[in-house]
Amino acid sequence: MTGFTRRDTLKIGAGALAGTTLLGYRPAFGEVMAADVPAPKFQVEKGAELRVLRPAKFVQGDETLFLQNTERFTQTTGVKVRVDNESWEDLRPKTAVAANIGSGPDVVLAWNDDPHQYPDKLLDLTEVAEYLGKKYGGWYPIAERYGKGTDGKWIAMPIGASGGAIVYRKSWINQAGYETVPTDIDNFLKLAQNLKKNNHPMGFALGNAQGDGNTWTHWLIWAHGGAMVDEKNKVIIDSPQTVAALEYGKQLYENFIPGTMSWLDPSNNKAFLAGEVGLTANGISVYYSAKNSTDAAIKAMAEDIYHAPFPIGPVGKPTEAGLLINTMVFKHTKYPNAAKEYVRFIFEKEQYEPWQKASIGYWSHPLAAYSGNPIWTEDPKHAAYAEVMKNMLWYGYQGSLGYASAATLADFIINNMVSQVCSGRSTPKEAAAEAQRRAERYYRT
Amino acid sequence: MPGPDMAIAAERKRVAQPTGSWVARTLDNPGVLAFLFMLPAATLLLVFLTYPLGLGIWLGFTDTKIGRSGVFIGLENYESLFQDSMFWLAVSNTVLYTVFATIGKFALGLWLALLLNNHLPAKALIRSIILVPWIVPTVLSALAFWWIYDPQFSIISWALTEMGLIDHYIDFLGTPNNARASLIAANIWRGIPFVAICLLAGLQTISPSLYEAAALDGATSWQRFRHITLPMLMPILAVVMTFSILFTFTDFQLIYAITRGGPAGTTHLMATLAFQRAIPGGQLGEGAAIAVAMIPFLLFATLFSYFALARRKWQQGGSDD
Repeated sequence: MTGFTRRDTLKIGAGALAGTTLLGYRPAFGEVMAADVPAPKFQVEKGAELRVLRPAKFVQGDETLFLQNTERFTQTTGVKVRVDNESWEDLRPKTAVAANIGSGPDVVLAWNDDPHQYPDKLLDLTEVAEYLGKKYGGWYPIAERYGKGTDGKWIAMPIGASGGAIVYRKSWINQAGYETVPTDIDNFLKLAQNLKKNNHPMGFALGNAQGDGNTWTHWLIWAHGGAMVDEKNKVIIDSPQTVAALEYGKQLYENFIPGTMSWLDPSNNKAFLAGEVGLTANGISVYYSAKNSTDAAIKAMAEDIYHAPFPIGPVGKPTEAGLLINTMVFKHTKYPNAAKEYVRFIFEKEQYEPWQKASIGYWSHPLAAYSGNPIWTEDPKHAAYAEVMKNMLWYGYQGSLGYASAATLADFIINNMVSQVCSGRSTPKEAAAEAQRRAERYYRT
Repeated sequence: MPGPDMAIAAERKRVAQPTGSWVARTLDNPGVLAFLFMLPAATLLLVFLTYPLGLGIWLGFTDTKIGRSGVFIGLENYESLFQDSMFWLAVSNTVLYTVFATIGKFALGLWLALLLNNHLPAKALIRSIILVPWIVPTVLSALAFWWIYDPQFSIISWALTEMGLIDHYIDFLGTPNNARASLIAANIWRGIPFVAICLLAGLQTISPSLYEAAALDGATSWQRFRHITLPMLMPILAVVMTFSILFTFTDFQLIYAITRGGPAGTTHLMATLAFQRAIPGGQLGEGAAIAVAMIPFLLFATLFSYFALARRKWQQGGSDD
């Protein structure tokens, strides 16, 4: 095995920092710098009570710290808060029902573009958002896109996003002739070929996998300059760029481990931890289950697991996708000030930093200052997830967020287009034309 | 013993009733009383069956989205679905899935029922065990099948490889036809007990004297099956088949847990597509339209079972015509 082991890397902590900088990450200072900005004064209503709805935990620390922070809010303000953790698939319909009937939770941590489906039902959070932006180094552009309504007012505040970085076995990448995962797609394809030759192939989900399937297929299309729609929401997926992306995707697929056509979200985790694949794309959870495993063999594997950003395609910039949670307050709340105060509270350093740490970096931050959270530097392997929100594009890129973008994503149109071509059932041109037809049904005016 | 006069007097007394309040009089009216007795059941049906069904049908004619009530758009959803290749794929998948799974379930279920109808040691125990696939929650058995069909960890592939019969793992769910066949197999496994136990109940109602008579006439076992078992079993077979077709046609859990409709939507059934479009996709109107589009198929299947398999004369004890 050549190159650094994790222990070597830790020994030269500064070197690790320099390494992450070279990879294009924002240098981390190990501290969250907050500007001295006066907090907006919200007069919390007397006897206020709040109900909060959020996605169920993916990592235990996420829920534990969220509840602790909420408890602290109650101690500070006297406002009773009930937090409901909803399963991922039920969160969207439940939020929508609350929006429809005008009762239920006051504050919701909703999926991606949900706030854009009922902007008129949401409380204006501009004051809080501007304050937080000034205090914590500004919102990333993606946060503004997901947070602001068409009139430029903040209807929601993204609280974090989970991205899929490249997860790989360093020794196998080295064996395949690479020091780390190449940053360009040509070498990435060569790496795929070499890995396959060495019997440690890569594998990305091509089944209807909401997280892992969508993440990498969107990266593939965007990296080649393809997009579902243009800025005016005109469907443009049937383009030479998409065809080029699909041709590349097919070549890459030919070097995958067999069986990825039916992979759902957990499949790549299983295959990676079983040592079947040498490289995949995932959240930080693979590394963490290895690191915290009680099985000595799997725990030892953690030493060899590294992360890298997705390679950059012909467009010349990162084109990653991610799953985002968006904090919003319904207008129907009886206690708007208490709700705003609560939302401000959970975004403040004292609460946000430990929450992000306990979530082991699963949720990446929307505010620049949180790049300084020590979670990103205490283990150099976390670094690849630090700037998910800085680099990610939105589902529905380049168009606006709303019903059509949500429906297009839920119908797996891009995902299916890629898998049709990879499996050889359609040519790239046919698949792109079919995707165009399917998407136009949603984007019709 | 009362004489005829007394009986007439008693009759008059009864006819003269009621003499109480209008409430008592009204309640004594058999029509009113029947209506009142049926009211709770009717309310339940209206609230939990008719209303949701009606709402579903109505939603299919609107452009309702999650979070936004829609407006009436007539047949637009259906027109749009008519041109949607994914919808037609789901329709053909559903028909294929139902036909093959039903044939499989009935062939194997009937066979199992015939075996169980013989005298076996520990009969009751065996019959209970047979029911296990039916009792286990579908999601659990679906997860088990998900592992059985896993491209990397499939026990079937592993066993065949160890035996030297194959040199690479079978891609059960990776190609459309493999995936469809695998799902049908899982559905058959799950459905056999229901069919077998129902048909077993039917078999036990057939009088042994019929078989004895046939045996005396020198009928072969096939002839006994063809001319006694099958006709006698037909009424219950029709009912069980109707239920089975309905369950299979509307199946959701197996598909959703094992493939989510993949690869590339080639295993979507109408139910899974309706859900995908309506809930994660937010297009409630379109999802409802897909669900409503299942109704004609279900009606056809039900009518077919009743009229083709259960001609009335059989059910009323008459002969075949």
